[in-house]
Amino acid sequence: MELFTSIFVGIIIAATPLVFAAIGEVVVERSGVLNLGVEGMIIIGALAGFAFTVETGSFSLGVIASMVAGAAMAFLFAVLTQSLMTNQVATGLALTMFGLGLSALLGQGYSGKSVPTFPKVDIPYLSDLPFIGDLFFKFDILVYLSIALVIGVLWFFEKTRTGLTVRAIGDNHHAAHSIGYSVKKYRYLTIMFGGACAGIGGAYLSLVLTPLWVENMSSGRGWIALALVVFGAWQPVRAMLGAYLFGGITILQLHSQGFGITIDPQLLSMLPYLATIVVLVLISRETVKSKMRSPACLGTPFYASQ
Amino acid sequence: MKRWRLLAWGIVALCAGFSLNISAQAADKFKVGFVYVGPVGDHGWSYQHHEGLKAVQKAFGDKVETTYAESVSEGPDAERVITQMAQKGADLIFATSFGYMNPVIKVAKRFPKVKFEHATGFKRAKNVSTYNVRFYEGRYAAGIVAGRMTKTNTLGYIASFPIPEVVMGINATYLGAKSVNPNIKLKIVWVSSWFDPGKETAAAKALRDQGVDVMFQHTDSAAPMKLAQQEGIYAIGQASDMHSFGPDAQLTSLIDSWNPYYIKRVKEAMEGTWKSEDVWGGINSGMLSFPEMNKVVPAEVAAEFKTTVDAISAGKFHPFTGPLKKQDGTPFLADGEVITDGVLASMNFYIEGVEGSLPK
Amino acid sequence: MLKIEQRTEPSKVMLYATPLLALILTILSGFFLFTLMGKDPLQATKMFFFEPLTSFYNISELMVKAAPLILIGLGLSAGFKAGVWNIGAEGQFTIGAIAGSAVALYFYEMEGFYILPLMCLAGMLGGMAWAAIPALLRTRFNTNEILVSLMLVYVSTLLLNVLVHGPMKDPEGMNFPQSRLFSDSALLPLLMEDGRAHIGFVVALIFVGIAWVIQERHIIGFQIKVSGQADGAAKYAGFSSKKLVWMTFLFSGGLAGLAGIFEAAGPVGQLVPALPVGYGFTAIIVAFLGRLNPVGILLGGLLMALTYIGGENAQISLNLPSATTSVFQGLLLFFLLATDILINYQIKWLSVAKPSVKSN
Repeated sequence: MELFTSIFVGIIIAATPLVFAAIGEVVVERSGVLNLGVEGMIIIGALAGFAFTVETGSFSLGVIASMVAGAAMAFLFAVLTQSLMTNQVATGLALTMFGLGLSALLGQGYSGKSVPTFPKVDIPYLSDLPFIGDLFFKFDILVYLSIALVIGVLWFFEKTRTGLTVRAIGDNHHAAHSIGYSVKKYRYLTIMFGGACAGIGGAYLSLVLTPLWVENMSSGRGWIALALVVFGAWQPVRAMLGAYLFGGITILQLHSQGFGITIDPQLLSMLPYLATIVVLVLISRETVKSKMRSPACLGTPFYASQ
Repeated sequence: MKRWRLLAWGIVALCAGFSLNISAQAADKFKVGFVYVGPVGDHGWSYQHHEGLKAVQKAFGDKVETTYAESVSEGPDAERVITQMAQKGADLIFATSFGYMNPVIKVAKRFPKVKFEHATGFKRAKNVSTYNVRFYEGRYAAGIVAGRMTKTNTLGYIASFPIPEVVMGINATYLGAKSVNPNIKLKIVWVSSWFDPGKETAAAKALRDQGVDVMFQHTDSAAPMKLAQQEGIYAIGQASDMHSFGPDAQLTSLIDSWNPYYIKRVKEAMEGTWKSEDVWGGINSGMLSFPEMNKVVPAEVAAEFKTTVDAISAGKFHPFTGPLKKQDGTPFLADGEVITDGVLASMNFYIEGVEGSLPK
Repeated sequence: MLKIEQRTEPSKVMLYATPLLALILTILSGFFLFTLMGKDPLQATKMFFFEPLTSFYNISELMVKAAPLILIGLGLSAGFKAGVWNIGAEGQFTIGAIAGSAVALYFYEMEGFYILPLMCLAGMLGGMAWAAIPALLRTRFNTNEILVSLMLVYVSTLLLNVLVHGPMKDPEGMNFPQSRLFSDSALLPLLMEDGRAHIGFVVALIFVGIAWVIQERHIIGFQIKVSGQADGAAKYAGFSSKKLVWMTFLFSGGLAGLAGIFEAAGPVGQLVPALPVGYGFTAIIVAFLGRLNPVGILLGGLLMALTYIGGENAQISLNLPSATTSVFQGLLLFFLLATDILINYQIKWLSVAKPSVKSN
């Protein structure tokens, strides 16, 4: 039972950076923008969070800094793709390259520095519950924030007018424009929201998960987050479950090695990727039936001709 | 093909004007180049080599000029970077990763006057030396400490790729721990990466959850040490002194101490006494060192560790001494027989008692 | 007030002026960056942009680095134009290298003119086979090809690792994870005696020509263009989008696979785990740098290659961190993309006193 609990907790923690980054990108893509620069925003967020925590000694300031840094990177992307109408795929890739390089340059002084252990919350009564308490109520605050964020985004898209507008813009920006919505303004905002989320995902990596700073420490998580968005068919909850599934397979394959299962570990390491493909296939068949599909304007630039 | 030449010459002529003053600098200094596989900020393998560069610079001051290239992939780029260093006048080049082996040999042929040192390889030439450290000696000794300190009798090992260096490290660790604790179990997790802090943490967490209370690693980030600190268990550091990452967790660490070797070889090269050699330095060479032992380790265990280190250092004891069997039970070393360097350097099997199967 | 207005037709002048403008902007911001890092900006800029063009060796290396970028970029551009997103060229590159290397190792120490063509064929087929997976899933189940091809990159890298640790390992290589060195008949012919530039660059040039002809003259080129611009229009014009998915995937996979075996049989001369160094991803950028136009891709590939080699130069000569290269490449791309706007749009300076009449 104890092992079950710790595996469960391990999965949630390992998946949380992915949840943050993926949920941000869900919002971005719902508004019709494809930002492939998630990896670059994560790593900048990781550095900003770590550096500010080291300098100020405050986790809150660190987390806020990571959000600001991620949003700043996203702002750069927004200026290029929305105002200067650059190609989104290429701009996103450039953003990743730039972010990895810049973080390595700026972070030179921080590898080898340490931050204290990120505090876990202690909810009266709930955390003390046997089993259930260990399972659900002993995480750090950011885990709950990530889940709240998912629910918030779900509510935003389903229940609010603004959410509806964002979806409309993602599906047909010309129509949205013609009834008077500023496509550009909304997209600037969603892109920066996505950047802030990726940034906080990075901070989770450097402040909670590892917790240290080294260059390239994102190790491709930005790409996985992008995969999860499509995997979740642009639905926030499904994207989150996808992140847990991916994290779960990764953690379980490590555990299975510890138990001495004799499969080549490199073949085991392929599992999360192969599983993603399999689930993608299953989902896309269903998608055709249930008419869940990508935002129609995804990746296409918008120019308001007057 | 002639056209190519013509075109190339044209471009050369065009650009030569821009770069006249570049090559005319510091001709009389002895130039030493270093090629690293990772970033110098990795706090592991490449970081320690870079410490060696700094030591060389400090030891020789104005007489030596050092240069380096970091994050040089072991694929197609290595040969170019090494060539560029030689072309820019390096007199001695340290190529610090196994994958540079064939590129070094190729470049060395073209620059017979430049001297090359290749870490962890096995191909030499008149102007190419190889050097490596007998890390297994330290792992055996650290295994003893771990074997004594564990309460769960379960040790964890985070491994990268099944190359001989890693395999011999696992075997040596197991033998060391087993020598003091017959009930020892060694759990091995392969992360298929040299450097992925997130995955290393996850692997360490998995091992921890399975009852491991002393962690070994053969990967390059300090993440497992950090996790050990958080979880309140012990770990053995890798490559550098990881004390700052796990002040309570680190029992001891295997420090790659390249400094004395690098200083010695640079000195020899400057004086003209450099010869192509195959150096596999153990504890007694000073290339492998240990930080101060963690205070929680009882004095008698620390003494046991020191005795072992001294015995290995003096050549009185070899970690791989028979009787030993392979994992499948086939005899491998007879009673009192000591392993040969050749077998050790290409080790691709587990010793009897190590669990799991070695990935092929 | 600045105002952006669409041009009635793309500006020919800007088409050629913008890359130059971007380069100047990059150099300017480089000046700023280098000064900030305490390096001589003039020297550093020289190292980055001119030094790689000042010797035969460096120019041949430019071709080595550019050849795979151009080949893969060409392949990808066909798909991108048709709205088919193959992001996994890196994986197709890797599988191509594996398939071609398998042929080379099968014919180890044999001679024959047929070996090299067979290897190239195997490489192309390998890349095509790997690309066929996302194509099949897309056409059969409507699965998103971006993700499938991306996931397959990770799988292919791990597969390469499994193979060089196992079946394709050099039997005399002390159990280190790399294949035998290819024998002479399995190595690509070189273009110059001193340097590694190989026939692959010429092949890349030939493909630039072919791609140009297809794009300009052939009906397939037209189909690709139309279906990229509007799915409905393509259907109306009566060609199957499924067929296009297959065609573009096989084309790009084949070229990536060819680039893969060229890399193994050219500059490296064996199969090593570090063979894929990200050409598949960089080529995506190259494709866009070249505005999906074959000649543009040729220039884009050369430019990216230049910054890589320049970055290595700057590291060795000035000890600039390797991360500077990615920052620089990022900046260059930003500027190139941003200035592109001048081709299709014009920026007008409107005085504030005269607001636009038709406000929306």
